[in-house]
Amino acid sequence: MKPTDIRHPDYFHKVVDCQWACPAHTPVPEYIRLIAAGRYSDAYMINWESNVFPGVLGRTCDRPCEPACRRGRVEDGEKKEPVAICRLKRVAADYKDDIRARLPKIPKEKNGKRVACIGAGPASLTVARDLMPLGYQVVIYEAEPWAGGMIRSQIPKFRLPESVIDEEVGYILHMGVQLRTGQRIDSMKALLAEGFDAVFVGSGAPRGRDLDIPGRKEAAANIHIGIDWLSSVSFGHITQIGKRVIVLGGGNTAMDCCRSSRRLGGEEVKVVVRSGFEEMKASPWEKEDAMHEGIPILNYLVPKEFKHANGKLTGMVFEKVAAKYDERGKRNLVPTGEPDVLIECDDVLVAVGQENAFPWIERNIGIEFDKWGMPKVDAATMQSTRPDVFFGGDAAFGPKNIIWAVAHGHDAAVSIDKFCHYEDLRARPAPGVRIFSQKMGIHEWSYDNDIRLDQRYKVPLKDVKIALKDIKQEVELGFDPALAFKEAQRCLNCDVQTVFAEKLCIECDACVDICPMDCITFTANGEETELRGRLNAPAKNLTQDLYVSDTLKTNRVMVKDEDVCLHCGLCAERCPTGAWDMQKSLIKVTHAGPACRSKSKEPMTL
Amino acid sequence: MTYLAKPKLHHPSLPKNKVGYTRRDYEGAISTLCAGCGHDSISAAIVQACFELDIEPHRVAKLSGIGCSSKTPTYFLGNSHGFNSVHGRMPSVLTGANLANRDLLYLGVSGDGDSASIGIGQFVHCIRRGVNMVYIVENNGVYGLTKGQFSATADRGSKSKRGAVNADSAVDMVALALQLGATYVARSFSGDKAQLVPLIKGAIEHRGAAFLDVISPCVAFNNHEGSTKSYDYIREHNEAVNRIDFISPRAPITTDYEPGSVQEVLQPDGSVLRLRKLAADYDPHNRIAVMNYLQEHQARGEVVTGLLYVDPEAHDLHAHLNTVAAPLNQLDEAALCPGSKVLEQINASLR
Repeated sequence: MKPTDIRHPDYFHKVVDCQWACPAHTPVPEYIRLIAAGRYSDAYMINWESNVFPGVLGRTCDRPCEPACRRGRVEDGEKKEPVAICRLKRVAADYKDDIRARLPKIPKEKNGKRVACIGAGPASLTVARDLMPLGYQVVIYEAEPWAGGMIRSQIPKFRLPESVIDEEVGYILHMGVQLRTGQRIDSMKALLAEGFDAVFVGSGAPRGRDLDIPGRKEAAANIHIGIDWLSSVSFGHITQIGKRVIVLGGGNTAMDCCRSSRRLGGEEVKVVVRSGFEEMKASPWEKEDAMHEGIPILNYLVPKEFKHANGKLTGMVFEKVAAKYDERGKRNLVPTGEPDVLIECDDVLVAVGQENAFPWIERNIGIEFDKWGMPKVDAATMQSTRPDVFFGGDAAFGPKNIIWAVAHGHDAAVSIDKFCHYEDLRARPAPGVRIFSQKMGIHEWSYDNDIRLDQRYKVPLKDVKIALKDIKQEVELGFDPALAFKEAQRCLNCDVQTVFAEKLCIECDACVDICPMDCITFTANGEETELRGRLNAPAKNLTQDLYVSDTLKTNRVMVKDEDVCLHCGLCAERCPTGAWDMQKSLIKVTHAGPACRSKSKEPMTL
Repeated sequence: MTYLAKPKLHHPSLPKNKVGYTRRDYEGAISTLCAGCGHDSISAAIVQACFELDIEPHRVAKLSGIGCSSKTPTYFLGNSHGFNSVHGRMPSVLTGANLANRDLLYLGVSGDGDSASIGIGQFVHCIRRGVNMVYIVENNGVYGLTKGQFSATADRGSKSKRGAVNADSAVDMVALALQLGATYVARSFSGDKAQLVPLIKGAIEHRGAAFLDVISPCVAFNNHEGSTKSYDYIREHNEAVNRIDFISPRAPITTDYEPGSVQEVLQPDGSVLRLRKLAADYDPHNRIAVMNYLQEHQARGEVVTGLLYVDPEAHDLHAHLNTVAAPLNQLDEAALCPGSKVLEQINASLR
């Protein structure tokens, strides 16, 4: 193998699994250290710059960082659990001081460029957040009377209090964004005619899928589309539901529906899914939360018919199926032949998916759509086939989640900024990388390198009986500072990198002997596949890189498997010559602004 | 922050041996030696050897004297018996312990100061008597704990870190051991675990006095130019006569070797040392030839390593003295106090 190019901005970024997995690439270990140090405002600002809605995301994020977390690969025993990154983020939001003075200053003199955003959800708000400090004039059109999009309409208040939304949406609106609520855009053509320099479509995936089976029309009064129903609950239009409720669907919307039902009078609430429990789209923790509130999840039941009498829903019939796999490994749901199941109920909530709809975009104005009715959007630039129109969030590639909407917003803002400066959108800015030694003394580092063996801490919950009484009562209490400190100390500081200088190495083996994870091997070089097999511990995780040095004095190379490194720094403590050093790599995605424009095309490293 | 204990977490694929332990279970407390000390590598090699041989930690007694090397038993086999003796007196304590309980595996760890200076008399007699043990000298040619004076094994003409040239002749521990009748003699280098681990395993399996001279660079005081015990010097001058490829109880030969290139040594316990020859004319069974070979090659400035001598039919002190087979702590009262009749018989036999 060739020596690893650690100057490439992605190399160390990939080692920080959480940050690499995060669509917005939030520097997670950096803010977790700040939380441990009690510097909540600083931790909040790192989050705010990167993911815009720390308080919201600290309660609702789909947390792609956590399955990626290295801690989940290195813990002992059966239960290997990641750091509770998401809930630590909430701690920063809960315990911060007033940070308004730290928000970017908005120039009084504008740059003369006007940008329209359609929909006031997380994607559009991110675009506004990135462009307002640069002097753009941003107009957000919103059909509803309020800003926030699905954050406000779909996420139940017992998971996300209104005050948190108001605060974080407010930070952006207070930048001087022109928010035009109650203005539904009916014609893209007409909007474009208003002469904006760029238009960003962040209108979400607002249409809930229906279930067209016998009885749907007759029992319509007691059958509700999940996201519409959640929205009505959110704004107080619906305050009660029948005692017996069936929720159809296995995603996070279904989980919100069933838990909301429990709070609006639903006593026997059941979730019914077509496929297996394990294959449900809902995040494992959301399923756990639902079951904790006494909601059973019934699987392998395919809806067949709504039963009704006198125009009133009485129950639902399901066909029992089993998962069978064909030769290609494709799964089919095959009826088991057992008798159908009748579940009696008063109301049904249908949460079987969401769709995009763009009836308001004319098809002759240069915006091309694919055969599924989705716009053709460049995944890197977020640009549509019409150069001045950009898409992001659920409107771009179908339903995802808030953190993806934020990431799209940042990318679109970079594109819009470059577009307005007549630059090549495909030349994306490299992230800013700073890397510096953490050495303070012989055995002293500026990070806490002791590895705690603590298991993941659970977030304290409000008592179920109290929680179920009031739909606005937040269920999770969040970590208190003491618990947050303990959880934060579980973080391995993967951004503090092991950096090897072959010229200084005397090949004494001290690092090999001390490494608790057997990550380091000195051996003859070879091809990657073959090399992976003959290291001190086999490097079987192919998604994780090998760090290979240049040839050493004995004609061997140093090979380090990044996979399970604890970043404990013992290799560097034991190195007599300083050939190993622990260096923090601080990687920040370049957002819209002068730094993203062409003069800084080269990666900024070291 | 001071030294951290090595985290308990380990590689997910860390294997267990036949007695149910992982390699990590054979470790000891965190080392307080200087960073990069060769002694830590030797500790790691001992850990590896004991793990691979499926040794139960409570069957091992590790004994040492005073010095950097003699500190190391704290850093490996944390669940074994240990004894830190007076400076240079490890061999006699080990001999006594061995006589009292022959069932344990005795690991004597010493340094060039402990064994070649203050304890040289003890070393000599312990080897002479053929005590069944593994005697490892962690040889760095320097008094590290007192900041870098030449030790008795420092080569004449080698330079200290401050530039002083050594005028005294060196004590050659390997030559002494050979002359004194050690039945397993090896030399190795802390920076070459591929060679060292099998040599330690072979020594553990050997029944008799096994002596290992392990050159172990002192990074703080003896790893400079002009030193003959530095990483660079040993790597340049290392001449291995053979490699132990593996040791196993009567395993069939599965690897193809050229005829004459492999030498098998059957150990009394039935295990086999398979030696791959690197020096064609080298015979590790001929004590006199080995001594000549070593003298000739050392005179050329070579550091000869490998399994230098082995006597497959070695006997130990217990055989020489015809001692009782059971450890003393397992003898019951009847065996220990056989009564006045037996005493009379003994007295009568001496009249």
